[in-house]
Amino acid sequence: MNAERNFKSENFKSENFKSGNFKSENLALTMIKNALGREVPVSIPGLGSYEPYVSPFAYLERELPAPAKAKSLPSPRPQKPRHDKVTDSIENAVRRSGLENGMTISFHHHLRNGDAVIPMVLKTLSEMGFKDLALAPSSLPDSHDMVADYLRNGLISRLFSSGARGEVGRAISAGELDAPVVLRSHGGRARAVQQGDMPIDVAFLAAPLCDKYGNMTGSGGRSACGSLGYAQVDAAHARHVIAVTDGLADYPLRPRISVPQYLVDQVLLVDSIGDPSKIATGAARISRNPVDLRIARNAFDLIAASGLLTNGCSFQVGAGGASLAVAAYVKDYMAEKKIKGSFGLGGMSGYMIEMLEQGYFEAMFDVQSFDSAVTDSMARNPSHMEIDASCYANPFNKGCVAHNLDIVVLAALDIDVDFNVNVQTGHDGVLRGAIGGHQDTAAGAKLAVVVAPSFRGGVPTVKESVTTVCTPGETVDAFVTERGICVNPRREDLLESARAARLPVKDIRALKAETEKLTGVPDAPEFDRSRVVAIIENRDGALLDSVYKVRGNSASLR
Amino acid sequence: MNEAIIGKPAEKRRPCRSMLYMPGNNPGMMQHVPAFGADSVLLDLEDAVSEREKDAARRLVSHFIREVDFGDSIVTVRVNGADTPWFERDLEEVIPSAPAAVRVPKCHSPEDVRHADDLIGRIERERGMALGRIKIHAMLETAHGIERAFEIARASDRLEALTLGGQDLTADMGVQKTRDGVELFYARGRVVMAAKAAGLMAFDTVWTDIEDMEGLKNEARLAVQMGFTGKAAIHPTQIDAIHEAYRPDAGELRRAFRIVDAAERAQREGKGVISVDGRMVDGPIVARAFSLMELGRLYGIGQEADL
Repeated sequence: MNAERNFKSENFKSENFKSGNFKSENLALTMIKNALGREVPVSIPGLGSYEPYVSPFAYLERELPAPAKAKSLPSPRPQKPRHDKVTDSIENAVRRSGLENGMTISFHHHLRNGDAVIPMVLKTLSEMGFKDLALAPSSLPDSHDMVADYLRNGLISRLFSSGARGEVGRAISAGELDAPVVLRSHGGRARAVQQGDMPIDVAFLAAPLCDKYGNMTGSGGRSACGSLGYAQVDAAHARHVIAVTDGLADYPLRPRISVPQYLVDQVLLVDSIGDPSKIATGAARISRNPVDLRIARNAFDLIAASGLLTNGCSFQVGAGGASLAVAAYVKDYMAEKKIKGSFGLGGMSGYMIEMLEQGYFEAMFDVQSFDSAVTDSMARNPSHMEIDASCYANPFNKGCVAHNLDIVVLAALDIDVDFNVNVQTGHDGVLRGAIGGHQDTAAGAKLAVVVAPSFRGGVPTVKESVTTVCTPGETVDAFVTERGICVNPRREDLLESARAARLPVKDIRALKAETEKLTGVPDAPEFDRSRVVAIIENRDGALLDSVYKVRGNSASLR
Repeated sequence: MNEAIIGKPAEKRRPCRSMLYMPGNNPGMMQHVPAFGADSVLLDLEDAVSEREKDAARRLVSHFIREVDFGDSIVTVRVNGADTPWFERDLEEVIPSAPAAVRVPKCHSPEDVRHADDLIGRIERERGMALGRIKIHAMLETAHGIERAFEIARASDRLEALTLGGQDLTADMGVQKTRDGVELFYARGRVVMAAKAAGLMAFDTVWTDIEDMEGLKNEARLAVQMGFTGKAAIHPTQIDAIHEAYRPDAGELRRAFRIVDAAERAQREGKGVISVDGRMVDGPIVARAFSLMELGRLYGIGQEADL
């Protein structure tokens, strides 16, 4: 696997990279076809060598290299008793961290569109004259268009993320960053950090509540964001950890500590880490969109027909449109049949917390909190439990919760007739989404249901072949639209159950043809296939797909 | 009343429990009709469409009926009333696209139905279409119309259904539409009875508060109890609740299977008298058993073992 990087490529020296000699024009990547027929690089100078994707669980058959422990574990940094960790100067914090050009910095995205820490830190680093940094956030929120400026001005030369959207997505797709961006699932990122594939030099971790010794939590404070699940991984593995807070709490922080003081080097006190109105958005409402509701109804019917909704079941669902409506149908069914589930997982929405409080589930595992779940639920509900990204979905640890999951409902931008799902590139081929936990839960759950309308904005959702494979079709059990249910032919048992329940089952090709009668078949986006702008890792690090430069510049992509 | 005027029993037709209103100027919604699972769809050119958009909606609806697959939903169109400048143009453009039926609003008298019948017949002849295939659903929404319900029901062979328009009717009566609908009790009874007597289908009015599902469920149950063959829906989310109200009772359905079984056996054996569970059953009960079975199929119950 890619834990041990092979840096023997002829035209690569790690020094070249750090000194800015990395130029894509000089670089012809050697490509290989993976098991899905997608061309992926064998190695990328500066990033290392890669395995092509073979199958969802090929990693179980492979001999895995020992993790690069020396790199992944924080080096010892003894501090004298009563050492003062607090500073109110970003510059001082950066200087003390020992950050150098060429190093890797990380952030979490728990504050989502309300986050002010990424812009604040990048601005300061840019002013301090840093360049050639690798940016490795757990993901990038929609609102962070300013990151594109720092890709352009050379502050950031490499990007590792779960997704790229907006101006950042356009800049990357237009080829403005020389090094291909590495896109990973949440579980895949935890794996990469823990294995030492992606060593983090300095982690800037927004902390809604933090005491002077660095004990921190996200459940509380005016910028409360709930779980700090992504931050916990970085705190445990980064060489240097800076807690960034606007809510300095009395020592000791209580009643809960998400990241303990012994992992935190410095506490950076700032005026504001974000906009609370964009962090805690209030409970998301169940959609009234009739198409979403029909999709949800069909998805629920399939879930019910699968026989998995029984006492002790576990469930994960997103917070968007059709997904939350599925949860509502599931809740009604559990009430009617007096079913009590074991746990809910994932991005935790207020609706799921309501289900916990009303006794539909025994527990909720929360790696990231949404809408009204972000504030005081964890303090109120002992069985609303914060878990880190590794516990959530890392395939290489000793057991992640995603592998205990019965049912997951997932969204998609598009899907192909082999059930491969794209959540990353739009119809124009431009990066605009995020992998999130999609791959992880699809692989881990007994039943992975992908939901989407059969067409959006006149563009059909089912493609002959998706532009970008983010979740392999082998892990997707069914695709559900308002026009019917397409069961993956690999799941004959599920198809039989759906038919027995007289559900509106359709062959995915028939659905495609039916939709195309209304929409026609759009032209595929045009790419410059000589230029890879991003790679999609499977959760185990093997490469699923490559994203290519689109024709046109980032301005024309708007 | 002699037997000849009694039409085909309404129960013999394909069940039409729900009739979904779709604004005729909203292609974004119309394209999704097959997904909603309504037994029939009513593309509306009347109240849902503002005066400025009447022409565009008429054209759009005709085009949709011709070009778009509505799946299993029966397609009907509500045209503007005969007292408007759009009535004739609506029919002239819509009839050639051959919807299953046209809903004529504000029927006060048998003449209103005959007027529509004549116009539709003329258009069918001019276009060389099969005569009389496109049906009329007469909408009764005035006190006058309700009082003449049976005459209206017998006004034309083209007539297939009576439908109650509760919003306009309560306004005409000078009362408010209430949650339990007691003010519409007489009108509902009158419309159902006239439709049954003439062998037509009867559609109940819409439940307008889309947030209030409990209210809808109660009203749908009432409509079923009173004998309406279907109920209009103003929003796709109402369809499931309406269908649920029509779900046949398991005990009744079990008995229906036994009655049909006995009737078929009696026919094979040339017997004239049918006895089920020790009781004699006659023609109307057998007919109802058949229609219950038909209804059961819509809920995936094809045989007694499915219950």
